[in-house]
Amino acid sequence: MNKELKDSIPTDSEVILGILNNSESVLKRMYVAYFPMVLQLIINNNGTADDAKDIYQEAVIILYNKIKAGDFELSSKLKTFIYSICRRLWLKRLSHMSRFGGDIRDFQEHMHVEDEVEKQNDMDIQFSKMESALQLLGEPCKTIMEDFYIHNLSMQDICERFGYTNADNAKTQKYKCLQRLKKLFFQQK
Amino acid sequence: MNEYKLQEEIERYLNGEMSPEELIQFELLRKESTAIDTKVNEHQDFTKLLKQYSDRLALENRLNAIHDEIDVHTLADELMVHPSWVVQLWRNHHSKISVAASIAIFAILSVMFLTGKMTSQDSQYIQLRQEVGNLKNKTDKINQKLTQNGRAERSVNTERFRGTGFAITSNGLIATNYHVINGADSVYVQNAAGKSFKAKVLYTEPQNDIAILKIVDTSFRNLGTIPYTIKKAESDLAESVYTYGYPQDAPHFDEGRVTSAVGLNGDSLDYQISIAINPGNSGSPLMDSRGNVVGIIQGKQTQLEGVHFAVKSSYLLSAIHNIPSDSLTRKINLNTKNTLAGLTRVQQVKKLNNYVFIVKVYQ
Repeated sequence: MNKELKDSIPTDSEVILGILNNSESVLKRMYVAYFPMVLQLIINNNGTADDAKDIYQEAVIILYNKIKAGDFELSSKLKTFIYSICRRLWLKRLSHMSRFGGDIRDFQEHMHVEDEVEKQNDMDIQFSKMESALQLLGEPCKTIMEDFYIHNLSMQDICERFGYTNADNAKTQKYKCLQRLKKLFFQQK
Repeated sequence: MNEYKLQEEIERYLNGEMSPEELIQFELLRKESTAIDTKVNEHQDFTKLLKQYSDRLALENRLNAIHDEIDVHTLADELMVHPSWVVQLWRNHHSKISVAASIAIFAILSVMFLTGKMTSQDSQYIQLRQEVGNLKNKTDKINQKLTQNGRAERSVNTERFRGTGFAITSNGLIATNYHVINGADSVYVQNAAGKSFKAKVLYTEPQNDIAILKIVDTSFRNLGTIPYTIKKAESDLAESVYTYGYPQDAPHFDEGRVTSAVGLNGDSLDYQISIAINPGNSGSPLMDSRGNVVGIIQGKQTQLEGVHFAVKSSYLLSAIHNIPSDSLTRKINLNTKNTLAGLTRVQQVKKLNNYVFIVKVYQ
């Protein structure tokens, strides 16, 4: 690992506080600090740099959500946690591609993180459903949904953006869109 | 309350936009109707998921932005566990190495071909060995039998063994190899006319591979004077010799030279001769050009082609002398006058015809 990278590795508690405070710089330092470790794991076990990116980002998201949810207890080093998650995810990916020869080349100590990965997996399924539902919903419904439910714009703002003559029309439109989105979402298996 | 209205209410409720009275009323409604309660929860979960989904998208975008700043390529090069330089060399240059190796092999083969190395005796030797190897299975089967039954030769179409023998006296003493009759229950000899006579094993010298049989059959008539003599002195190298025996049902003649005065591994019992011999030839007389018996055909070395052995006649003579006198009805009178000496080879062989027998061994 590079020396200058090592110097800038944030401490574990720094990372947790940084993420809780939405600190962009801490997230970045953390990301940069641990990526080489994961890259090393993946590319030496039949993976590419792109695989490493996917796996690492998934792991960071798991960590991020765990910290945000407030149930992250630092029972081991953060490094070990990230490595273990990535290892688990990569093993899973390998077996899906049936490229796993039964032997993985390890570079760090690791621990059991099956639960975290499973939890994340469930979330991912929900999200991919939502993604495709939104895709199918089409414009302008998609934007209305995003503006109202995600960006928390008022009905008045939406009214102006889409040029509805009054807020009631916009509300009716929003209601119809929501019903459709729900339908699309729950239709999927 | 229609669906639309209800939806409106739920949203207001969840967003905390209701007045206290409305709030109480709505909570009452929620408690009363489970359908409304489920709807509220469902809507809450769904909007939460939508929110989480967008958070996730935002986070992914942030991470991607960070990721784009990393020089992944150099990092990957650095972190790849590099195999040893031999493997790397092979991976990077294997096509070139293959071509080079092919050219090298071709060059070596060409040089060998041009310099005649390919046709040298060494190569031939190997080829012959392979041939012998092919034959080995067959001979192994025979050898198995031989280890049980001595080195007797095997007849092709019957279960008995057979070899060749030749008369040494006119009253029916026959010389042959010990390995021919070893382990025999009964022995018959058959003359050139096809007539069989019962014989018994009179005397054996296993160490010299010599056996003396005696024809005991009542139908046997005296053979008449033996035309050849048995030579006492050792034959010289390169002396012309021939043999006459029964490797098949018909008599077989072949000739050659004495190629060595010692046999296998320097054994002074044997001559090496250049006559091709086959199973069934064992016990055949080895004659010199003047019609003297100089040996008894014995065997060949399977590993080497053209190496054949014959027991020297001096051992036959000593065996004849060693026959215990009590097993003889009459003293042995060996023929001392050679009547073949002046004859041509063809005439010699014609005369021999009557004195060479097929030895049949029953077990």
